[in-house]
Amino acid sequence: MIRVALLVAAKDLRIERRSRVLLWQVLPFGVMALVLSGLALGPTHAGHSSAGPGLFYLVMLLVALLMINRSQVIEGSPGTRASVATLGLDPAGVFLGKALALAVELWLTGLVLLGGSVLVLHTALVGTLSALPSVVVTLAALAGAGTLYGALSGGGQGPATLLPVLALPAFAPLLIAGERSFSAALHGGALWQWWLISLVALVAYLGVGILLYGVLEES
Amino acid sequence: MVALRDAVVLVGGFPLLSGVNLELSSRSLNVVTGANGAGKTSLLRLLGGLVTLTSGTGVVSGVDLRGDLRELRRRVGWLGHEGSFYDDLSASENLVFAAKALARPTADVPSALERVGLSARTSTPARQLSAGQRRRLGLAWLLLRRPELWLLDEPYASLDDDGRTFFDQLIGDVVAGGATVVVSAHDPLRSSALAPRTITLAGGLVVSDRS
Repeated sequence: MIRVALLVAAKDLRIERRSRVLLWQVLPFGVMALVLSGLALGPTHAGHSSAGPGLFYLVMLLVALLMINRSQVIEGSPGTRASVATLGLDPAGVFLGKALALAVELWLTGLVLLGGSVLVLHTALVGTLSALPSVVVTLAALAGAGTLYGALSGGGQGPATLLPVLALPAFAPLLIAGERSFSAALHGGALWQWWLISLVALVAYLGVGILLYGVLEES
Repeated sequence: MVALRDAVVLVGGFPLLSGVNLELSSRSLNVVTGANGAGKTSLLRLLGGLVTLTSGTGVVSGVDLRGDLRELRRRVGWLGHEGSFYDDLSASENLVFAAKALARPTADVPSALERVGLSARTSTPARQLSAGQRRRLGLAWLLLRRPELWLLDEPYASLDDDGRTFFDQLIGDVVAGGATVVVSAHDPLRSSALAPRTITLAGGLVVSDRS
């Protein structure tokens, strides 16, 4: 399972490196969304910093939806699906590999957007850095849930609105836990409790994905 | 190798196959012909475990079609008329991925590409290959896999004369090597030396079967 996961993750990341969709489409979209969010809040710095964590996660969520769709579309052509199906890959390994590749892409995007939130939304640098562990775990959980719901919504073949509608109940707790732990890192409060919720969600989504991804692929 | 009895495949209530009875022996070359929508691709997909049997019975390569289709898929090789690989990866990278997935030595990749005449295109992304070269890459993928049952869906589409001759020769070699090949095609194979069994479908049923 781990061998297949690493193989699939390396393949997905290589495809992203070649296609440069992350670099030229997703990242600029995320940066634009963050800048526009800052502008929409008004020019005063103080107002920005309190809204920073929520805006960061909102933009990450939008970015994640694009990347989840992209992750599924690269497997989407009927010929590719058939050929890869005949390789007999362990579906649990495929799930873990796709989730890992998506997590790496989200981490890279998140790093850029955290820098953006310091510059544009004026979140404190030290607080933002101390939020990093919770951001890493929350984005990993988002990747796990996104991979699962990406397959559930038709593997890139379904209507574009289906994924956000289906995934909303799974993403909402992550959004709340992520925002709370980021806010706690900036302004003090219950950082570890919210961080723990993200960690439990990560384990739960990975567990469900390992068990169910094969069924979703077959259906 | 293949035994189907009253095989029916329904997708969304629409019958793709309406009760196919068919037996194919090992080490044989079989051509499935018929008009568009006759069920050629559906039959190949059923044999590859890529669609599920709605009713009837079937055994392919020793695997029950109502059993573990994943096990069946490991034993078959599929070449579709669409692209069969990742467009953003090069020809070589696609084959290396397949080799690693199958736990085969990646050292076999250059020889597979050479066999299909793509040695000069190893680092070309699959999306930049011509239709004929994509078919050849699909064949290299199968050569690397060495499956028991080769399922080739319209392999001659978009191929020039050289490509068709190459395909005929390769199919002959594969059958001589002990594999079973099922080809879907609008026209019979050009090479009479291959002497395939020809199965004609219409409306999801076998209407003619001649050797």
